[in-house]
Amino acid sequence: MVTPDPTAAPSATSDVKLSVRNLTISYGEEAILRDVSLDVREHEIFGIIGPAGSGKTSFLRSLNRMDEVSDTMSVEGSVLFSGRDIHEVRNVYNLRQRIGVVFPLPVGLPLTIYENVALSPRLRGIRDKSTLDETVERCLTRAALWDEVKDRLDALGSLLSGGQQQRLTIARALSQDPELLLLDEFSIAVDPVTTMRIEDVLRDLKQEVTIIMVTNLVQQARRLADRTAFFLNGKLVEVGETEELFTGSVQDQRTRDYVEGRFG
Amino acid sequence: MRRSVGDLDRRGRAWYVDKAVAGLVFIGGISAIVFIIGIFVFITREGWTFVFGTLDFGEFFTSIEWRPTSENDPTYGALALIAGTASVTGLAMLVAVPFSLGAAIFIAEFATGRTREALKVLVELLAAIPSVVWGFIGLAIMNPLIIDLFDVPIGLGVLNSGIILGLMAAPIMTTIAEDALKAVPDGYREAAEAMGATKWQVIRQVVLPAGKNGLMAAVLLGVGRGFGETMAVLMASGHSINLPTSPFDSVRALTATIAAELGDAPRGMEHYQALFTLGIFLFIVTFCINLAADIAVRGVRKG
Repeated sequence: MVTPDPTAAPSATSDVKLSVRNLTISYGEEAILRDVSLDVREHEIFGIIGPAGSGKTSFLRSLNRMDEVSDTMSVEGSVLFSGRDIHEVRNVYNLRQRIGVVFPLPVGLPLTIYENVALSPRLRGIRDKSTLDETVERCLTRAALWDEVKDRLDALGSLLSGGQQQRLTIARALSQDPELLLLDEFSIAVDPVTTMRIEDVLRDLKQEVTIIMVTNLVQQARRLADRTAFFLNGKLVEVGETEELFTGSVQDQRTRDYVEGRFG
Repeated sequence: MRRSVGDLDRRGRAWYVDKAVAGLVFIGGISAIVFIIGIFVFITREGWTFVFGTLDFGEFFTSIEWRPTSENDPTYGALALIAGTASVTGLAMLVAVPFSLGAAIFIAEFATGRTREALKVLVELLAAIPSVVWGFIGLAIMNPLIIDLFDVPIGLGVLNSGIILGLMAAPIMTTIAEDALKAVPDGYREAAEAMGATKWQVIRQVVLPAGKNGLMAAVLLGVGRGFGETMAVLMASGHSINLPTSPFDSVRALTATIAAELGDAPRGMEHYQALFTLGIFLFIVTFCINLAADIAVRGVRKG
């Protein structure tokens, strides 16, 4: 079971969920993201936009220490999650359980629909069938998938359509009861109608979890994100209220050029 | 420039090369099948008059009396030989399955970079050791070791040949099992790891279930190898006809019997045909095992 850490989240930083300071990410010798500092607030959707290769995905990976899975990726700087430095927590698996991840292409594990969603509770040692049943139904319902799959929970997850599989991976991420949800271009393999459904789901979820969303679609960031960061060539150009970036004043002309589609 | 309609019929060099390559590849592919059928036809022709004439199936499968050279009453009971092969192969799998699975999991999931490459080369090197060398190890090292350790009069038997055969089969099983684990997409591992699964949980809950058909195929090919192995078993098993009741009993394998006796059996006589009958039996068993392994691997591709 995940128990709240008593030392976490002092009241002074309670409305900041994630605090990134001077984060530099390198592959081998080459730094692909340099000196990024930003704060993500509790219960907001935080959008990250920027052209391909600007370091968005690597940034997400560094937040739950998935860089450690790779041989070449290295991270410097600090990331405070609920006030705790993630590089100093002693059980990285518990950290990852509190952070749900949705990948660009849905990765349906080679398991049944039910087992895909029940995996995370099982990893935490939950064996009770009725608790698992309840979790599976709750998470699939929140991911707007329950009605479509409730009669075939024992079918393989990989037999679902692309859009359904992506909602399945969202349900799986939710089964972790995450405090933070990381979405990496979740709509890349999903049709527009399903994308809109997932976006509605995310707006609802904001009440309970903090969401960081990387997207290539600037309009998606505009529709969903409360605040948005613009990454370019391994640098954070600026962070601001999303509407500001699109219509108000920007600190950097490149941001306006990008959101208006003049490059990238 | 406009090209004339007549060009549509002209066949250039590329067209002929394509047809020629298709033909050559077809011959190559078909020859493998022809050879297999040829081998089967050959061993059946040598043995079939005996199988359907003289041979008593009841005796073959239930009697342990293998006395093909008896002057007045030759008997052909293969039960002890079948039991010998089965017991040695069984013990070999007890040795080889944990070793090869452990090695495959280590190479595929834990080892990285140069360690991984070095281990793979080493395992492939082990797979290339000739069986007679393994037999020699059985005779010269394992035999005195077993005598010393267990205080038995002779160290050649099920235990010795089972361990030798297990060590022999382990490298090839490791290679195939490692391929099966590597075929599991990395996305699965990352997804599970991002959920907070430990390395072992990832392996246990995701990688092994996803690769189970390939792992099954690895074990079955190991069994096939055990059934067919001749020289090492001949040298390490003691080669005496016995229904084994303890791991120290000396046994004789089907393959070793053929290898040891065929040179002395006059061509076309009953003894000669009886040995070919053992060959037919071995062929059918190994064919079934390989077929099962193949079906298991196909399961991987579908699933």
